[in-house]
Amino acid sequence: MRPFTYTRAENLGEAVAALAANPQARVLAGGTNLVDLMKYDVEHPAAIIDINRLPLKEIEELPDGSLRIGALVSNSAVAYDARVAERYPLLASAILAGASPQLRNAATTGGNLLQRTRCYYFYDPSTPCNKREPGSGCAAIGGVNRIHAILGASEHCIATHPSDMCVALAALAATVEVEGPDGRRDIPFADFHRLPGDHPEHDNTLKHGEIVVAVRLEGNHFAAHHSYLKLRDRLSYAFALVSVAAALDIADGMIVDLRVALGGVAHKPWRDTLAEAEFAGQPATRETFAAVADRLLAGAEGQGDNDFKIPMAKKAIVRALSQAAEGTPQVQSEKQLR
Amino acid sequence: MQNEKNIIGFPLPRIDGPLKVTGTAPYAAEYDEPGMLVGHAFYATIASGRITSIDTSAAENFPGVVKVYTHQNRPATASSDDAWKDEVALPGHPFRPLENDRILYDGQPIALVIAESFEAARDAADLIRVDYEAEEPHTDIEVEQAKSYPPPVPRKEAFLPSDPRGDADGAYAAAPHKISAEYVQAGEHHNPMELFGTTVIRAEDGSLTVYDKTQGSQNSQGYVCGIFGLKPETVRVINAYVGGAFGSGLRPKHQLFFAVMASLDLKRSVKVEMSRREMFYLTWRPPTVQRMLVAADANGRLMSIRHHAVQTTSLYEDYQENVVNWSGLAYKCDNVTLSYELAKMTVSTPGDMRAPGAATGFLALESAIDELSYEVGMDPLEFRIANFVDYDQNDDLQLTSKALDLCYRQGAERFGWSKRSPLPASMRDGQDLVGWGVATGVWEATLSPAEAKVRLFPDGSITVAAAASDIGTGTYTILAQIAAQGLGQTADRVSVLIGDSSLAKTAVEGGSWTAASSGSAVQAGCFEIRKTLLSLAQKLDSSPLAGASVEDLAIRDNRLVLDRNDQVGLSIADILGSQGMSSVEGHGKVAPDEEQAKKFVSYTHSAIFTEVKIDAELGVPRVTRVVIAVAAGTIINPKTARSQVLGGVVMGLGMALHEESMIDHRSGRIMNHNLAEYHVPAHADVQDIEVIFVEEEDDKASPIGVKGLGEIGIVAVGAAVANAIYHATGTRHRHFPITIDKIMEGLPN
Amino acid sequence: MDIATADTQPKNRVALTINGNRQDLEIHPWVTLLDLLRGPLHLTGTKKGCDHGQCGACTVLVDGERVNSCLKFAVTLDGAEITTIEGLGTPDDMHAMQKAFVEHDAYQCGYCTPGQICSAVGLLAEGRAKSREEIREMMSGNICRCGAYVNIADAIEDVMGHGSDASQKEAAE
Ligand SMILES: Cc1cc2nc3c(=O)[nH]c(=O)nc-3n(C[C@H](O)[C@H](O)[C@H](O)COP(=O)(O)OP(=O)(O)OC[C@H]3O[C@@H](n4cnc5c(N)ncnc54)[C@H](O)[C@@H]3O)c2cc1C
Ligand code: SF4
Ligand code: FES
Ligand code: FES
Repeated sequence: MRPFTYTRAENLGEAVAALAANPQARVLAGGTNLVDLMKYDVEHPAAIIDINRLPLKEIEELPDGSLRIGALVSNSAVAYDARVAERYPLLASAILAGASPQLRNAATTGGNLLQRTRCYYFYDPSTPCNKREPGSGCAAIGGVNRIHAILGASEHCIATHPSDMCVALAALAATVEVEGPDGRRDIPFADFHRLPGDHPEHDNTLKHGEIVVAVRLEGNHFAAHHSYLKLRDRLSYAFALVSVAAALDIADGMIVDLRVALGGVAHKPWRDTLAEAEFAGQPATRETFAAVADRLLAGAEGQGDNDFKIPMAKKAIVRALSQAAEGTPQVQSEKQLR
Repeated sequence: MQNEKNIIGFPLPRIDGPLKVTGTAPYAAEYDEPGMLVGHAFYATIASGRITSIDTSAAENFPGVVKVYTHQNRPATASSDDAWKDEVALPGHPFRPLENDRILYDGQPIALVIAESFEAARDAADLIRVDYEAEEPHTDIEVEQAKSYPPPVPRKEAFLPSDPRGDADGAYAAAPHKISAEYVQAGEHHNPMELFGTTVIRAEDGSLTVYDKTQGSQNSQGYVCGIFGLKPETVRVINAYVGGAFGSGLRPKHQLFFAVMASLDLKRSVKVEMSRREMFYLTWRPPTVQRMLVAADANGRLMSIRHHAVQTTSLYEDYQENVVNWSGLAYKCDNVTLSYELAKMTVSTPGDMRAPGAATGFLALESAIDELSYEVGMDPLEFRIANFVDYDQNDDLQLTSKALDLCYRQGAERFGWSKRSPLPASMRDGQDLVGWGVATGVWEATLSPAEAKVRLFPDGSITVAAAASDIGTGTYTILAQIAAQGLGQTADRVSVLIGDSSLAKTAVEGGSWTAASSGSAVQAGCFEIRKTLLSLAQKLDSSPLAGASVEDLAIRDNRLVLDRNDQVGLSIADILGSQGMSSVEGHGKVAPDEEQAKKFVSYTHSAIFTEVKIDAELGVPRVTRVVIAVAAGTIINPKTARSQVLGGVVMGLGMALHEESMIDHRSGRIMNHNLAEYHVPAHADVQDIEVIFVEEEDDKASPIGVKGLGEIGIVAVGAAVANAIYHATGTRHRHFPITIDKIMEGLPN
Repeated sequence: MDIATADTQPKNRVALTINGNRQDLEIHPWVTLLDLLRGPLHLTGTKKGCDHGQCGACTVLVDGERVNSCLKFAVTLDGAEITTIEGLGTPDDMHAMQKAFVEHDAYQCGYCTPGQICSAVGLLAEGRAKSREEIREMMSGNICRCGAYVNIADAIEDVMGHGSDASQKEAAE
């Protein structure tokens, strides 16, 4: 770890100003990712701005019926919030599929969005990694890449975004509210994270100086038909190899609206809204779901160790959509799949 | 008053328990002293080559840093390999930290930062810059096995493959049923929860008290004295509590060397603790390739076994384990050929990990036997029972006992094996495919030389002292029970002092021999005490015990009495008082019985039954039930004994399903060097595990009838799970671990 | 001892209440709660198994919630109440969970144990785990390499089963 200066921000304006003023500064929320990376000497901010005292710890209902989750609300608090459990059970389930109770108690909503990839090479400063050190190369290509991307990767980076929570937020088409030196703006969830392209050093579209203040969720029709299905190397406390957030709005056995977001397969929670739209009006059956899976994975490409993710993702999509359709969402403490 | 809590066989809660659950049991890196210096190692990032330059200036200038050591400025140490060899060293050249500019494996420690705080040492180490001249790494066992060789110097005679018997090739060719298969297994890391750490407290006279994470305090002491030319009386090594080891603490580790080196050089107290990442650059279970050819006749009698194993070793030492000999003794078979070779790779020397050799060998043997049972068309359990053997065919020796038949029977009954449907992929539970598998496990029951000093005081309190270690095995508790039994006391009157090199000589804790060895030494010490007391008692005028012999005696209510009539006797206080003695000591010693070894050999046995449920579509595996029946002679404490077996099984589940040190063969680096990506089993992975200890009397395995339990729990668990997966899916997996992707690909249609 | 050189780097004030004792400290911002406990404060009951949030050995209760102390810079916790294993009970006066761990042999080497116990106490306070399956899932942030899981689940079930609401609350304190 490198020495740094520590400032405890007392209000949002102060935090944004301090962050914007120093390109080497980082905000610290739960610390479960940033402290981890600092200890591995992957991140070495010169200044830490502790935002934990900012008043961003509320979950509020907005007049239009949407829910606004403050950036500092812990992952546990979101998952167990009664309103979230009732209206966005998919989100609660995805959060509970991730990390451990201890980590979820510390981890925040904002931090979860901004957590970095778990690529082995990114975590190991003695290896080439374009994300950590632009231009140095990508050691994961041709290396140990069991956990890497099958969709949307580039020749510069094949990392995945490791969050479970974000997969649900992608499916639910959340909005990210950010505050920066130029004021406040909304970022649609699909535009928040980005694909690696030529600049894998950027995980997302946040500009330096901007702080996530909240995540907003609009009303939805998915509470009855949803499921979060996570496949991993052990039954708990492991990142997803593949995860699926499935949400359906069904009327008379027909799909009114279908959402599928994938985790563990791309540099961002993977969603293809055009593809989803093609299935509106079709029967909510396994056959349809299999077609959805094929469609979503059409452009998938393996890297060797992770080739299995392509068939795995397809099967997982079918299963998660079936669970959603039947109204039997996966329960994260139940290890038998439904 | 005798009560059941004294005696051997009672499930006494661990006597060190209250300290452990309250955080008051101190581990090696938890000793402190004002002004203690802290060290942090820096390691190489190539697997093979040389250091061309190493720049430590930024680290040296970092606030709080006292000194940075590299190969260029380290203090002189012993020059001969012999001085560097610890009690359990291997053939070859022991690794010497900071010896020179050579890099032998990725992660090799190449510098040590000593600072005034942990944070300063850790953070300064990040500033060290090194240039290398790299050479090509070689880390893929499936490639390097082409250059395998039989180890020129055996680690132990017993590890040499047994001589061939009969005509394995001919019998194989002639047999109607046969299996020929290759089993490949990834490297694994022990990952005890406690990080390797050493605290050296330096006294004013320069003598050192060394708190070390080790399985043998005297081994560490000898090592340190050998390397640094110290007198044994100036170095005391303590390992009172050891946060797990599983074999990784058998040999001294570099943090011990570093802490002592810096302490001697700087004349200060020093602590060095490894990082979790560093623990992936040490002692590990080697990647192994095994080839099995097994054949049976039409009735399911084994006709031929050929077992060939190639294991990974380092460039500088020839690590070896007994992988193949199990195949010559687990079942009756007259035609057997066994062979064992090593392949050198640019990795750190592998080391013993829980049931070394057996955990690996049985993975292949018990998979192949299972495959053959299906080939013959017999129930896998019936097949094993049909090939039962009651002597050691490798060496033509008798067994001290073998209640494996009871294990099969009781285990099968408890598990409900008779309800098994024979065909693969024929059992279901909703979405899940269900599979039941069985396997046999064997581990050697050995006695190693051990001593213990037992002291009895007139008030009935007892102390037991030995350099033995408790690495979670329950040593404290069982030694207390044995002493209590031997001296007619309750266990709460016994203080056990172990984990200290200044105490009675004991070999390193490993191979499951501590209970048998140190336990027998304590028992012998108790016997000595009774003998001494009798001779003292007989010196008294008109002693009621005048005509008694030591065999007739017991101690009850603090009195030395006749066993058959405890009215006759004398109080211990009176006996000791008459001689002006304040206590009496018995020095117990045990050693293997050479004469007996010419006729007998001793093994612990197990039968493991597993149920796996596998999602029929996605391949998610769950081990929903395990029943393991163990025959291990006398069980001193069923509570701690059960825990040992449970622990072995859990580690076996990891070995079967997800533990794997993943190497990037381009760089020779283990990439998942952390506990997030190296998946040891978590709570959610472990469901019902039932342990049965079958009755087994054995008066030869050790004087107290104990065979040891540290290893048997893991042996063949991997195969039992693989066999269950085969039964569930109809696909035989021969590459371990059997991760979810492999299972998914092997699902029926 | 006076750590003269290190003192040239900035330090921050922080007030922590640890096991009921208020401590006013001046520390470097990069000192984690775990290293603060194990080092300067000599509360070595909290263990370091990975230093990266991957094992749970460092679990303590911060304002009643279980967290991994290795990933918390101590300065960020100004004003917090921290309960470590030492604050739950002593060898002569064990907490119900500590007693249950001894009774069920819910450990072997004992190194993961303080973290398991703090986590289990947090679990009880949360009151969400009802079944054995839920206990297992919600204890999965605590790795036990000795593989004592079956016994740990037994110990927790035991305390849960015996606990009336009142004693569960007590357990959480
Ligand atoms: C062992 C382990 C296992 C895990 N397993 C999983 C898992 O299975 N699934 C899963 O989803 N996650 C998992 N996680 C990750 C965990 O969810 C994240 O670490 C956590 O969500 C990050 O939140 P935080 O508040 O602690 O972030 P921090 O560590 O505080 O911050 C992370 C990043 O976000 C930035 N940041 C934080 N808040 C804001 C804000 N409001 N605005 C702008 N920037 C901000 C920081 O500057 C930093 O760059 C695991 C973590 C560990 C250590
Ligand atoms: S995949 Fe991305 S994060 Fe991983 S090494 Fe390549 S560039 Fe770095
Ligand atoms: S030491 Fe904190 S989780 Fe392992
Ligand atoms: S008791 Fe040893 S790690 Fe859990």
